[in-house]
Amino acid sequence: MTADLFLQILVSGLLIGLIYALVAVGLTLIFGVMDIVNFAHGEFLMLGMYASFWGFALFGIDPILSMPVTAALLFGVGVLVYQVIIRRIINAPMLSQIFATFGLMILFRGLAQFFWKPDHRLVTHTLVGGNVTLGSIQFGLPQLTAAVGAVGVTAGLWYFLHRTRLGTALEATAIDREAATLMGINGQSMFALAWGIGAACAGIGGALIATFFPIFPEVGSNFILIAFVVVVLGGFGSIVGAFWAGIIVGVIEVVGGFVVGPEYKTAIVLSLLLLVLLVRPKGLMGKA
Amino acid sequence: MTTIHLPKTVGALALLGFALLLPLVIQDPARQNFLILILMGAQLGVAWNIIGGYAGQVSLGHAVFYGIGAYTSTMLSLKLGLSPWLGMLAGGVVASAFSVAMGWPCFRLKGHYFAMATIAVAEIVQVLVTNSETLEGAVGLSLPMGNTGVAAMVFSTSKLPYYYIILGLLVVTVLASWAIERSHIGYYFRAIKDEPEAARALGVSLTRYKLVAIAVSSFFTAMGGSFYAQKEMFIDPGSVLATGVSIKIALIAILGGVGTLLGPVLGAGILITIEEYSRVLFGSTGSGTDMIIYALMIILVAVYSPAGVMGLLHELRRRIPSLRAKAEVRA
Repeated sequence: MTADLFLQILVSGLLIGLIYALVAVGLTLIFGVMDIVNFAHGEFLMLGMYASFWGFALFGIDPILSMPVTAALLFGVGVLVYQVIIRRIINAPMLSQIFATFGLMILFRGLAQFFWKPDHRLVTHTLVGGNVTLGSIQFGLPQLTAAVGAVGVTAGLWYFLHRTRLGTALEATAIDREAATLMGINGQSMFALAWGIGAACAGIGGALIATFFPIFPEVGSNFILIAFVVVVLGGFGSIVGAFWAGIIVGVIEVVGGFVVGPEYKTAIVLSLLLLVLLVRPKGLMGKA
Repeated sequence: MTTIHLPKTVGALALLGFALLLPLVIQDPARQNFLILILMGAQLGVAWNIIGGYAGQVSLGHAVFYGIGAYTSTMLSLKLGLSPWLGMLAGGVVASAFSVAMGWPCFRLKGHYFAMATIAVAEIVQVLVTNSETLEGAVGLSLPMGNTGVAAMVFSTSKLPYYYIILGLLVVTVLASWAIERSHIGYYFRAIKDEPEAARALGVSLTRYKLVAIAVSSFFTAMGGSFYAQKEMFIDPGSVLATGVSIKIALIAILGGVGTLLGPVLGAGILITIEEYSRVLFGSTGSGTDMIIYALMIILVAVYSPAGVMGLLHELRRRIPSLRAKAEVRA
């Protein structure tokens, strides 16, 4: 393998890995705050992609420009999902929690299929289209934009959680709900906020991914399992962990796909999930 | 617990008699096929319930056992000409061995983590089978049409033999489940589920009994997979190994009532009926309507009735006497 090829593979892995990190940060935030695994997270991403697509198809607005609207819409969806369903199952058995978000996943897919047909749709041209050539390696500008976006979102989220009053309250709820309540933090609104922010992150992810990936009702399934791997590897609830884990998973996927064959990519990544669960269940940066 | 409850035995026999006579009354092949689908779902739900309900280990990867059953009996029949009756047992044994190998490390994981690991295992196996030349990959395996009869477990003229075979398999699975529920293993399961720490302190080996549970559960799930292969005469990774299959199996048990003997049977009746009718009412798949109904049902059960329909019935039975008493007071 030549050095150029090696570098090309590494860069591809890094770019895709940052996109996985972007999908995973929202998931890990929700889990960290309330110990619920959101199986419908891929569908938040899907909704973000459709919001971008319709903004483009109906009004000719670029997904990158409509991103704030997409994020706001998804924030609303996240809060709504929390208020209507999740709020009622906080203390329910784990089985109910799993199936409630699983049901949501199927519900969103069904609704998308019903209203928008199962067809694959594409954002045909975007501000960030085209390829970038750096010496001997080449990559897509949309992927690069998405990767930069991922870094931005993770940094922004980190700043919010550690440097703002509201963010610290959220973080406090994640660490110890009882103690946070005693300090006068309203647990319920923190949970709703976590769902809103988590969904908004997925929405931003959707907007960025929509610039280079086909959009269809089941598109979330391409990302959700990998997002789980990233969350587990990074440590449930750790934003920074998810960031690094995303990169690791992306690189392993691309390198593994190159060595073993691209059709085994998913199997390689899922084997990594099993390995991490069994050897180090708390992940790279998990707390406990 | 050694006394046999007479009313319950009579009830069970009456139910069995009803099931035996039903297809003689309902002779339309399409409707008989519908009954077969319910029995297939019920059998899988009862099997899942042994590990997911009694032992409380939520598996979302049961498709892997189902697929092992379907592929084992089909390959043995295609390559060695082995009768599917034996192939079914072989599939069960292979699946049990696989489940123990999988469970041994995975049972250390709790709750969500275990569920996630089971999804991962099933997905990995699906990828491997899809890319396996020996197993014909994504193309799938077909059983030859010519060879019909009891020995080959293929029937072309009537649905009835399939009905009675799956009914028999369901009865055996329920009996196995019942035997476990009544035995000391059943008590250990409940102890593991409700008070894991206390059970451990009393010297109950958690892992050993979980392994027994998953071995039995996967054995019967695999037999269901072999039956599916015989009925459809065609299998591929999408139909027997997909995550959707795992979800459906778990959902049947959850809908009916987790950890109850006949809850999964009830769950299958409800789920399959809704599935088939929404397909008839709203057209074929693709419109998304069947998914929406299915999803709303899952969410409603998850939010409002974690104990499933059986839980609702118990609640109703508990309330009726008190309602009656109230009515009498008023009168």
